[in-house]
Amino acid sequence: MKIVQLSVFLENKEGRLADIIGTLSAAGINIRALSLADTQNFGVLRMIVDTPEKAIEALKKSGTIVKTTDIIAVEVEDSPGGLHKVLKVFKDSAVNIEYMYAFVEKNNNNAVMVFRVDNPDEALKKLKGVKILKADDVYKI
Amino acid sequence: MFYSAEENITPGELKKLQSERLIKTVKRVYENVPFYRKKFAEANIEPADIKSVDDLHRLPFTTKQDLRDNYPYGLFAAPMGDIVRIHASSGTTGKMTVVSYTKNDIEMWAGLIARCLSMAGATKNDIIHNCYGYGLFTGGLGIHFGAEKLGATVIPVSGGNSQRQIKIMQDFGSTVLTCTPSYALNLAETMKEMGVKISDLKLKAGLFGAEPWSESMRRDIEKLWGIDALDIYGLSEIMGPGVANECLEKNGLHVFEDHFIPEIIDSATGKAAAPGSRGELVFTTITKEGIPLIRYRTKDITRMMPEKCKCGRTFNRIERLSGRTDDMLIIRGVNVFPSEIETVIMSVKGVEPHYQIIVDRAEHGLDTLEVQVEVNESIFSDEIKGLESIENKIKKEINSVLGIGVQVKLVEPRSIPRSEGKAKRIIDKRKI
Repeated sequence: MKIVQLSVFLENKEGRLADIIGTLSAAGINIRALSLADTQNFGVLRMIVDTPEKAIEALKKSGTIVKTTDIIAVEVEDSPGGLHKVLKVFKDSAVNIEYMYAFVEKNNNNAVMVFRVDNPDEALKKLKGVKILKADDVYKI
Repeated sequence: MFYSAEENITPGELKKLQSERLIKTVKRVYENVPFYRKKFAEANIEPADIKSVDDLHRLPFTTKQDLRDNYPYGLFAAPMGDIVRIHASSGTTGKMTVVSYTKNDIEMWAGLIARCLSMAGATKNDIIHNCYGYGLFTGGLGIHFGAEKLGATVIPVSGGNSQRQIKIMQDFGSTVLTCTPSYALNLAETMKEMGVKISDLKLKAGLFGAEPWSESMRRDIEKLWGIDALDIYGLSEIMGPGVANECLEKNGLHVFEDHFIPEIIDSATGKAAAPGSRGELVFTTITKEGIPLIRYRTKDITRMMPEKCKCGRTFNRIERLSGRTDDMLIIRGVNVFPSEIETVIMSVKGVEPHYQIIVDRAEHGLDTLEVQVEVNESIFSDEIKGLESIENKIKKEINSVLGIGVQVKLVEPRSIPRSEGKAKRIIDKRKI
């Protein structure tokens, strides 16, 4: 099951991240996971939030450019080799990972990883023996 | 005493010479350039009406747009068989300003550059270190042929690779430097970084041009290099560098009036400006064969300095250029029109016309050009490589069209101020 991630363009300028997070805070949105990719001139903030539609509305209203991307959230055993097990499935099925990041909170004592891959449908089909989280599960972690 | 006898010509002789040459030029363009024949007809003028320089004001103006409209060869007044060289200014394809030279033109130009070099004290025994760019730009080859004409030794080093420039200056014993004034300051920094002292060099003078500069830049250059720094002026439409040049008095540029007749006009009305007041500089070429131009509007602002110069040369002087009547920018010696940058930015799919151009120059640094473009829904991508490819695309396009490197910065939507009426696209922070 694919999960909606929000991506926001951030100029490399003091205070911009605080502004975005402030907008979400004012709209009563809870951030479940986030990752910040940066270059010399700009950054892209990627987030999983509890109520994506509400978040998009609030961000757009504030004049922020926001895009949605389908990602996969997977439960990873919190023990040595846990992540490797998942990555090996991607490797064997020739699915390329664009980027990944982790949830801070655990789910059932397992870590939760977020993957953006080039072929999500193929990845979902091949990910057997790995717990793939549903949207509702993720938004509520 | 002077390189050429004309340099202290009497006013009476000059007027006679200019009149003869003007009459010949008017006849030449009338007979060979349909554009001028039509323009003269519209102004109700025939070549026979022009009897001396006093009739110059009756002739129509020529503009850069006329050159573009007649791209590439429409204003040439000599058959292609007689044209031996082409130069062109940068610009969007189809909008370049193309100029041509016959054998006589090249010879005349070389003679004028030799005159400029000798005004800086150079002789056949000098070694001219020429870092002007070689190519379509008139700077490199213009200085080169003039240095050879003088009989000096020319090092055609062209621009870039500053460390090598300093090494060559040191090892080859360069005595005269020719480049843009900002590059001269930049090279001085490199010299300092390399631990080379001016006593290690033989440099004694420099001709600096192709961009506006100031007395404070002159003081810096003269101090850092221990040389006489002179201003050389020109534009490719009229010939290239060497239309006017400073003498060692360093107070105004002598216009080579035996080849170019200067006028100062009020750019709004097209009438002659009051004597001694600032206005738009207009040139009529009176010896060129390839592309003679009648009353060409340079859009450069200056004034005539009618007082006699202490050096003894009788050619009238123009004051250091003090600005432009249009929005043309000169970036590292390259003429850049904001409209050209806009054309390039707008050609990139998905980009909206919300952009800003920031021109800056660090102390003793080169000009930098940063183009800020607002990100919008259609170009924003979740992936960094998607955004970076937009940045690179704009950068590459501007570089290939304008021939200058720029920094491209993507900025957030609505972060560029919206102004009412004409948007303020250019922010020039340079302190010249």
